Amino acid sequence: MARPLAEVRGVVKVFPGVVANAGVDLAIYPGEVLAVLGENGAGKTTLMSVLAGLYRPDAGTVLIDGSPVVLRSPGDALAQGIGMVHQHVFFFNATATTENLLLGWREAGVLLDARAHAARVRRLAGDYGLAIDPHARTDTLTLGERQQVEILRMLHRAVRVLILDEPTAVLTPQEAAGLIGACRRIAAQGRSVVFISHKLDEVLRVADRIVVLRAGRVAGVTTPDRTTPRALAQMMVGQEVEVTPRPPASPGPVVLTVDGVALEGPGGRALQDLCLEVRTGEIVGVAGVAGNGQRELAEVLAGLRVPRAGRVVWEGRDITRLSPRARWALGLAYVPEDRLGEGLVAAFTVAENAVLRDYDGPPVTRGLRLHWPAVRARARALVTRFAIGVPSLDTPAWHLSGGHQQRLLVGREVAATPRVLVAMYPTRGLDVQATAAVHRVLLDLRAAGAGVVLISESLDELFALADRIVVMHRGRLVGERPAAAATREEIGLLMAGAH
Amino acid sequence: MVITARTLDVAPPGARGAVWAEALLIRLGSALAALAVGALVMRVAGYDPWAAYREMAVGALGSWYAVEQTLLKAIPLALSGLGVSLAFTMGLWNIGAEGQLAVGAVAAGWLALGAPGLPAWAMLPGVVVLGAAGGAAWAAIPGVLRAAVGMNEILSTLMLNYVGLLWVDYLVFGHWADPTAFSFPYSRRFPESAQLPPLVGSVHVGAVLALAATAGLWLLLRHTAWGYEIRLIGTSPRAARYRGAPVARNVVAVMALSGLLAGLAGVAEVSGVVHRLQQGVSQGYGYAAIIIAWLARLHPWAVVLVAVLFAALLNGGFVIQTTGVPAAIASMLQALLLTFVLASEYLVRRHRRRRAVAAARAGLHQDP
Repeated sequence: MARPLAEVRGVVKVFPGVVANAGVDLAIYPGEVLAVLGENGAGKTTLMSVLAGLYRPDAGTVLIDGSPVVLRSPGDALAQGIGMVHQHVFFFNATATTENLLLGWREAGVLLDARAHAARVRRLAGDYGLAIDPHARTDTLTLGERQQVEILRMLHRAVRVLILDEPTAVLTPQEAAGLIGACRRIAAQGRSVVFISHKLDEVLRVADRIVVLRAGRVAGVTTPDRTTPRALAQMMVGQEVEVTPRPPASPGPVVLTVDGVALEGPGGRALQDLCLEVRTGEIVGVAGVAGNGQRELAEVLAGLRVPRAGRVVWEGRDITRLSPRARWALGLAYVPEDRLGEGLVAAFTVAENAVLRDYDGPPVTRGLRLHWPAVRARARALVTRFAIGVPSLDTPAWHLSGGHQQRLLVGREVAATPRVLVAMYPTRGLDVQATAAVHRVLLDLRAAGAGVVLISESLDELFALADRIVVMHRGRLVGERPAAAATREEIGLLMAGAH
Repeated sequence: MVITARTLDVAPPGARGAVWAEALLIRLGSALAALAVGALVMRVAGYDPWAAYREMAVGALGSWYAVEQTLLKAIPLALSGLGVSLAFTMGLWNIGAEGQLAVGAVAAGWLALGAPGLPAWAMLPGVVVLGAAGGAAWAAIPGVLRAAVGMNEILSTLMLNYVGLLWVDYLVFGHWADPTAFSFPYSRRFPESAQLPPLVGSVHVGAVLALAATAGLWLLLRHTAWGYEIRLIGTSPRAARYRGAPVARNVVAVMALSGLLAGLAGVAEVSGVVHRLQQGVSQGYGYAAIIIAWLARLHPWAVVLVAVLFAALLNGGFVIQTTGVPAAIASMLQALLLTFVLASEYLVRRHRRRRAVAAARAGLHQDP
């Protein structure tokens, strides 16, 4: 085999209370797509951030072309030909795509020849099969398009090792397929692509070689033709993954009704004439490509937005203008998309976050006094019941891994036995075990007689959990199917707007 | 490490005390470093730093009289510092303590000068309550503007400072001017009944008021649902919206309470020390309160401690001017202290991180 383009040896990286990498060796060879597979908190992103110059390792070395280097910043890494595209692509907003591509690129010169650059961007994009409009403003781009721009920016700067951190987490299935094609083309030029993921199927499709990380160590190295999804899953979690059994649904009466709701959003109608009924004891799956009104629907249900027209009805009572707090009192729980920024308070401790919903009522507050033993008791109960991995109840929420943050959030919402739960992308970015845990919680809730509105981009998830699937497209519900009778193709077409 | 529900509540042994001691030591060290730099500047400028520092220390704490003067200054500094830190805790940038203090003083003076015949049992509580109400009302204006129309409270509180201070000027030059004082800008003396009685020496009962306010604020923030809500809104506005916490109502209430504390500082100054309303009633306490709130990291008990140290610095700075060192040196020392202590925050954080990393690594090596 050729000499590795880049290599890490014995990398240790420790964060307060967490060992992210406990001595990792990894080599990246030219012309390969290397998948780094592992659960949340396995140390994938940390390891690659060391390679991309974002973190200095506490021990161990980084080698480029066989010689050790010290990377002090992402700029250093770029100069060595290593570029990383992060999960959440950040842009200097509202500039043209071309300008973003030139960001930090010295050879751009003082004067910009906009037309020449636009042509160059278009050619470069065409080479890799990426569809990018050089003149589109970045604030109008979807997450997937932003990611493509960022990849192009890296290619434009001639990186030799392109690191993609969970690149498909925000993509539609079609976009994901396109990205995999682009990865293959990039590798065919002799560059290397590192593809961080916890999705088994796409790793098997994209990778030449697969490295599995578990708890900060390399659990195994393999190739797609020598392994199976089941073997990979076992390597990731170190034990058998149980399949969630799913009893049949027995829907009861309608609890929550959305009646002809319309809402304005940035750049047009976010919701139009939307009608939906939620019954007790069922899971309604809301399918759709991100950005087609799902967030607005969730926020209208949760009471965070008041629609321009239409009503939200709870057991015959109009709650269109009822506050989130009053809706919680009725039995409406909500797991928002942004768990750390909205559903939890990043700087609050686990204990404080556990009582976010009812800090001002008994048993937490009696009279004027906030009763800390009650707060801690509540948190301890959540931690035990939902197996939340926390060093202590006084740990701030941002110290937890994504999966455990979500267990805390979902646990808190579910522990009060709501009558209806609205859950938006509840397993986005979660690993196998955390996803299974959240799925189990949702099914338990259904079994306990609650209605669940599950907004998801993952057809796997919807087919695994939902009793009915409705499809959103451009702010409307464009179809409804019983999950048992629906096919993926049918739902996929509806998501794409063919109705 | 295996985490079970049982180990959750157990903090590392002795950690709390050690953390506090360390934080204190680092801050003291940075204060010393600031004094060292100050000494260098004085030396270069041709003054004797040792003599200046000795004078400062003597002036601030060297005699019972000096200690009294320091404590007298610490009272309004602590009260307005508490007010500012409360607003900051909710993410409200109230930089109007100066004006709220002045209006509190005016409100107290209105009763003291307007009804000098009131019996002491009605006068003293009346002065305190009115002063507090004056500060609260003055701060409620930007609070309401922010809640109702989204007006930026940084600008409105700052601008109302000038209005409040000019009110004082208007009154002491005009309506309330002391007829026996020729054209000196101050009012008649408050009646005996409107003066805060001394507690120890010349230190008045405002000290008790300040300590009570500190305890009250600490209890409020740490041990009530309202305090939780204030911290929630201040830390994560989006989570507060998600929860449905009433933000507008809290903006008004917290601004008012913040101004109330600054108003009490005004009462402490006019009823406790000068016993009249005069031009420049505040001497910049309301601005110093902002610095104090930050240095204390918005923690009520730390505010009191920092207020005392700051008062010592003010007093000491005042005293060294009499030895020929220019007043600018005293201002420079204040700025140096602020810069160094704030910079030490970074060192504290880095140190803690390193220790946590070391602890985690030790655990790593035990792991087979």
